[in-house]
Amino acid sequence: MSSDNLPGVPVEETPEPVARTGMFGASGTGDTSGYGGLVVRRAPRLSSARPYGSYFDEVADALEPAFGDAIERVVVDRDEVTFHVARERLVDVMRHLRDDAALRFELSLGVSGAHYPDETGNELHAVYHLCSITHNRRVRVEVGCPDPDRHIPSTVSVYPTHDWHERETYDFFGIIFDGHPALTRIEMPDDWEGHPQRKDYPLGGIPVEYRGAETPAPDQRRSYA
Amino acid sequence: MTQTTEGKVYDVAGQDWDELVETVTESSEERLVINMGPQHPSTHGVLRLVLTLDGETVTEARTVIGYLHTGIEKNMEFRTWTQGVTFVTRMDYLAPIFNETAYCMAVEKLLGITDRVPERAQAIRVMMMELNRISSHLVALATFGMELGATTPMIYGFREREMVLDIFEYVTGLRMNMAYVRPGGVSVDLPAGAVDKIGEFLKVMPKRIKDIRKLLDANPVYTRRTKDVAYLDLTGCMALGITGPMLRAAGLPWDLRKSQPYCGYETYEFDVPTENTCDVYGRYLVRMAEMEESLKIIEQALDRLTGPLKGGPVMIEDKKIGWPSQLALGPDGLGNSPDHIAHIMSSSMEALIHHFKLVTEGFRVPAGQAYSAVESPRGELGAHVVSDGGTRPYRVHFRDPSFTNLQAVPATCEGGMIADVISAVASIDPVMGGVDR
Repeated sequence: MSSDNLPGVPVEETPEPVARTGMFGASGTGDTSGYGGLVVRRAPRLSSARPYGSYFDEVADALEPAFGDAIERVVVDRDEVTFHVARERLVDVMRHLRDDAALRFELSLGVSGAHYPDETGNELHAVYHLCSITHNRRVRVEVGCPDPDRHIPSTVSVYPTHDWHERETYDFFGIIFDGHPALTRIEMPDDWEGHPQRKDYPLGGIPVEYRGAETPAPDQRRSYA
Repeated sequence: MTQTTEGKVYDVAGQDWDELVETVTESSEERLVINMGPQHPSTHGVLRLVLTLDGETVTEARTVIGYLHTGIEKNMEFRTWTQGVTFVTRMDYLAPIFNETAYCMAVEKLLGITDRVPERAQAIRVMMMELNRISSHLVALATFGMELGATTPMIYGFREREMVLDIFEYVTGLRMNMAYVRPGGVSVDLPAGAVDKIGEFLKVMPKRIKDIRKLLDANPVYTRRTKDVAYLDLTGCMALGITGPMLRAAGLPWDLRKSQPYCGYETYEFDVPTENTCDVYGRYLVRMAEMEESLKIIEQALDRLTGPLKGGPVMIEDKKIGWPSQLALGPDGLGNSPDHIAHIMSSSMEALIHHFKLVTEGFRVPAGQAYSAVESPRGELGAHVVSDGGTRPYRVHFRDPSFTNLQAVPATCEGGMIADVISAVASIDPVMGGVDR
């Protein structure tokens, strides 16, 4: 593996690869070309230390005096800053982000979700992208909750635009946003069972009318990687 | 008519209209709940509105969506990063190039190759996006005219849009859902003759826009249906997360192309049109002016593509990311170029393996998450993309402006007349493919 084959990523740490197996029944990675050896392996950045660079330090300075205990960690990666916030303090943090003169994140771009089944005790994440028109800045706020107790306080009172976005995240991930005015399904039918964007959602195969054959579910199909 | 616990229910399903009118006239009920959609010509696809009426005044408007949910975001988790482009292009089907660009910018950010995308590819992206903005605004205008009962703007709008779609077909091979923008660049360079075709469009279009303006700008019927209708001021827009022409019609010159430039927009000269009427007419004026600005950008991009950027690469040079073959037009349509086929089939085994691995397995993207946003015709279109280090996206979420902007329906419709609901929804310009994804 020569370094000039890698896209612009530091090679300081090379943890275990994410390897999917099964090409043509091979027991290893099935890689006979050596192409698989060109993998860029880098674990996701879990937290960053000061100075964060860019305007991120200023945002953190304005946030930390009041909410230092609420911020679990700060991640600066790919010129974006993510504040991981404790769910109990989320509404206060969001209100401060919106109202403080040094922050003024007036525009929220909604709620996205993510399911990390491997992060025990913190499986479900709600991700908020905020934009400040006053200062022309962006931040990301991320909140996690354990799967058995999937409650996150609703932020509709701070950003009314979260109404539909929280409904969507509830619909797809099953995160219950406490205090939402009407948390119902939005994309799936009202009587749908399960939350389709979760990683443990069963996908199901498609029966094919050919000698009882069946197209396997997407996550069980032969994979080249 | 059937009697239920909530009241009388009248079905409108192809029966004798006179009979229905008679029974409704006899009723003493003042409050009327009507269901509009999901199959209704003026609801832009499969939008459903549940309206509570008091006479002709709307007292409550509820929006129901989800009829076009296709699970694109979930599907992408089982395809390679490059294949993802063919999915996202189908979200907001009137603005496919924007979906592709937002997604590819996020993937490029994750790969850390944003600065290595060739300039020619960026200029082509800008040009295609602006052409797409024109075609999208023309549909907004055309359907709007039709919904208000004027068929001429509809004919004009679709006729003009056809010119843009012809250009798309000429350049990419497809009129819609082109999957043209790819991580690292664009799928194919401009074919011979494309520059002339676009130049011709630039010559014709200003007059066509002027024609539409002559037809509508001061048309008394049109202005009465649009002025002071569906008022939503800046505070309302901010709270509801509204972006795009609706926000600019409320007076805020917020345009990502200017405020947070991408794809080299900072090097183009154009204005951000605004109005401060906060109404449907203001949104119309903003869209018209945006089309004129787009023409300026296309002209500048075309000058660069024929001048300093002529003959440059359109895909990143990194062979481990860039699609191995260039597309070429053959007798049976657009496909892999014959040169490339000859190379991998008869002269280089390694090239064949490389092609096979890159196309079937795809490249790996370092773990992490990224958000990238573009100014689509409807507002901020954002892609939140998460990678676990594999060859497939771990999670892709699209912040589609239609989805967010539709939340403004109650704010703009309640308290108004039922006829104005049509103008209000049309001025939001929602595309249900983008709303439901």
